[in-house]
Amino acid sequence: MNKFWIVLSHTYVTKLKAKPFIITTIITSLLMLAVTNLNDIIEFFSKDKTKIVGVIDQTGTLYKPFEAQLAQRGEKDIRLRPFQGSETDAKQRVQRGKLDALLVLAYDDQQLPKATYYANTIADSDIPKKMEQALQQVKTALATAKIGLKQEQIAQLYEPVSFHKIPLEKNAKTEEELDQARGLVYALVFAMYMFVLMYGSMIASEVATEKSSRVMEILISSVPPVQQMFGKILGVALLSLTQFAILFTLGFASLERNGKELLKFLGLGNIPVSTLVYAIVFFLLGYFLYATLFAVLGSMVSRVEDVQTMITPVTMLVVAAFFIAVFGLNAPESSFITITSFIPFFAPMIMFLRVGMLNVPIWEVALSLALLIGTIGFFAFLGSKIYRGGVLMYGKSTSLKDMKKALELTKK
Amino acid sequence: MSLRLEQVTKRFGHVTAVDHVTLSIPEGEMFGFLGANGAGKTTTFRMILGLLEPTEGTITWRNKPINYNRSHIIGYLPEERGLYPKLKVKDQLIYLGRLRGLDKQTIIKEMKDWLERFKVPEYAEKRVEELSKGNQQKIQFIAAVLHKPELLILDEPFSGLDPINVELLKEAVRDLKNNGTTIVFSSHRMEHVEELCEHLCIMHRGKPVVHGALKEIKRSFGKKNIIIHADFPLDELSQFPGVVKAKPTAEGIHLQIEREEVSQHILAHIAGKGFVRKFALEEPSLNDIFIEKVGAAYE
Repeated sequence: MNKFWIVLSHTYVTKLKAKPFIITTIITSLLMLAVTNLNDIIEFFSKDKTKIVGVIDQTGTLYKPFEAQLAQRGEKDIRLRPFQGSETDAKQRVQRGKLDALLVLAYDDQQLPKATYYANTIADSDIPKKMEQALQQVKTALATAKIGLKQEQIAQLYEPVSFHKIPLEKNAKTEEELDQARGLVYALVFAMYMFVLMYGSMIASEVATEKSSRVMEILISSVPPVQQMFGKILGVALLSLTQFAILFTLGFASLERNGKELLKFLGLGNIPVSTLVYAIVFFLLGYFLYATLFAVLGSMVSRVEDVQTMITPVTMLVVAAFFIAVFGLNAPESSFITITSFIPFFAPMIMFLRVGMLNVPIWEVALSLALLIGTIGFFAFLGSKIYRGGVLMYGKSTSLKDMKKALELTKK
Repeated sequence: MSLRLEQVTKRFGHVTAVDHVTLSIPEGEMFGFLGANGAGKTTTFRMILGLLEPTEGTITWRNKPINYNRSHIIGYLPEERGLYPKLKVKDQLIYLGRLRGLDKQTIIKEMKDWLERFKVPEYAEKRVEELSKGNQQKIQFIAAVLHKPELLILDEPFSGLDPINVELLKEAVRDLKNNGTTIVFSSHRMEHVEELCEHLCIMHRGKPVVHGALKEIKRSFGKKNIIIHADFPLDELSQFPGVVKAKPTAEGIHLQIEREEVSQHILAHIAGKGFVRKFALEEPSLNDIFIEKVGAAYE
């Protein structure tokens, strides 16, 4: 079997069987399930927590519309209970825990409703807010009735203004498409960001471990550095895809079950095939670019502890790309975004953002891709050189000078 | 038919690590590389393995250059010991063995034999970080020889081992040689080289200062040692013509002499002066040669 495949499968299998990987996969899977089932979970815990609120209606007329309003809003966790006794009596009941809260309804000097809310603590803002909103509507109804507005007129007043955005350019994305694209682009840019940060540093520390444990010298005497480097990069890529596949399947399945709205928001409902293809292409290329860089940097240090310092500049690049992408989501046509979409370090995220949201001429995409692939090739070439020299160099090496030294080692 | 280094030179910037080395190591031989730290031994090894490219000169094994296509015929034990700390010995050897072109079954069988031989069969399932340094070295040695290489390069194989394990490893090296493996090894320890090698080379600052068959080197060195134990004072002998060095000992004196004949003059000189318990004429030790050659080059 080809040595490249041996390195690849070794990297993949040992990492897959390693405890840290299994544990993080389990934890992230649980998190994923938790997030996608958040509604159920919250409901589950708040099931028996219906708040009983005593109401003293000093007006004698507000209670009914207020209760109706709350019911109309579908608030199930508040149960109102008219209280006949005195206010002091009611407050005592709240203090003793018989009632969760007390609401005193009254009219102000303009004969409009006002209320005072009493509870042992007012840390919980959810219940009073819901009641405040309900009362607000009661107030609006009363106030409008006073000046003689009819129900339909009120509805008209509150109806949102109709405001349509229509693109004139041919093939431009419609508003709906844009919203979808925005969700998708955001999700993928974020995924790319996580992916590169998590697995990129895994590659760097993997290489550094091999180097610091000196096993590298045996390895490079039997496998060419290029095969070794790419075997490792692809092994880790495969590993991360495995993890992603697990998470994605879990997340998608549980969203399908109970969160169709969220799916729609992310624009995952009906993705155009071309966007999906672009997503995969840019994702993979972005990964390769950064993974190659991380592998090279990992081969430059001799102690695992130094990895973090060494890869920080590259990590900053990923973070920068992420923030540019987030900015670009709202202004995809700005020249800043256009320019950065050609810079290879940012292209995977920014060019994808542009193709996802705009109608980018094909030559621009091709140029950006060519630049990206060229850069990967360049770094792979340079990397395999530095890698070969770097692994023979020991000592404190965290500077560009060492990179030069490593390159010199591979020369004649 | 052998390992040949032809005018091999390696420069790192302005530093010349290896300077026009020409060596021929016959097949099936054990060849010793001696030299002080920084003499260029490891750099030479790395060039033989193809990890570094020579600035000038060529290196061939059986008339062909060594490259990655032939890595399965070469075994290498680097000076810096190292294995994957978290990996089990078995998985480790399987990985390294497969990279040298073996299949899993062969590796497991060979591994068992070797672990048995080194009296540590229980290590197969242990992680490397759990083993002592000396035992890690045994495992690494196994990794270097598992694939039955034609050419085995051992960089300081005995450093850091206790005497029992040194013997165990020496025995293994000897057996490999008897089975036809060509072995090149480096050491600081003269007695190991003296014991194991027919041919050797002493490197100093990238140049071989001595090179050839052990016996030949000793003979051509010329100088001999005399050990005298006697009941009367021998200090005056240090001034005797032909004596190069003198070192008084508890029982007498050790002398280094220019030529063999001097010994007879000394013998005649001390005869009749008193009771001589021992008078021995000895070959120079490799240690003497090393100190002389390398020391001389320092001056």
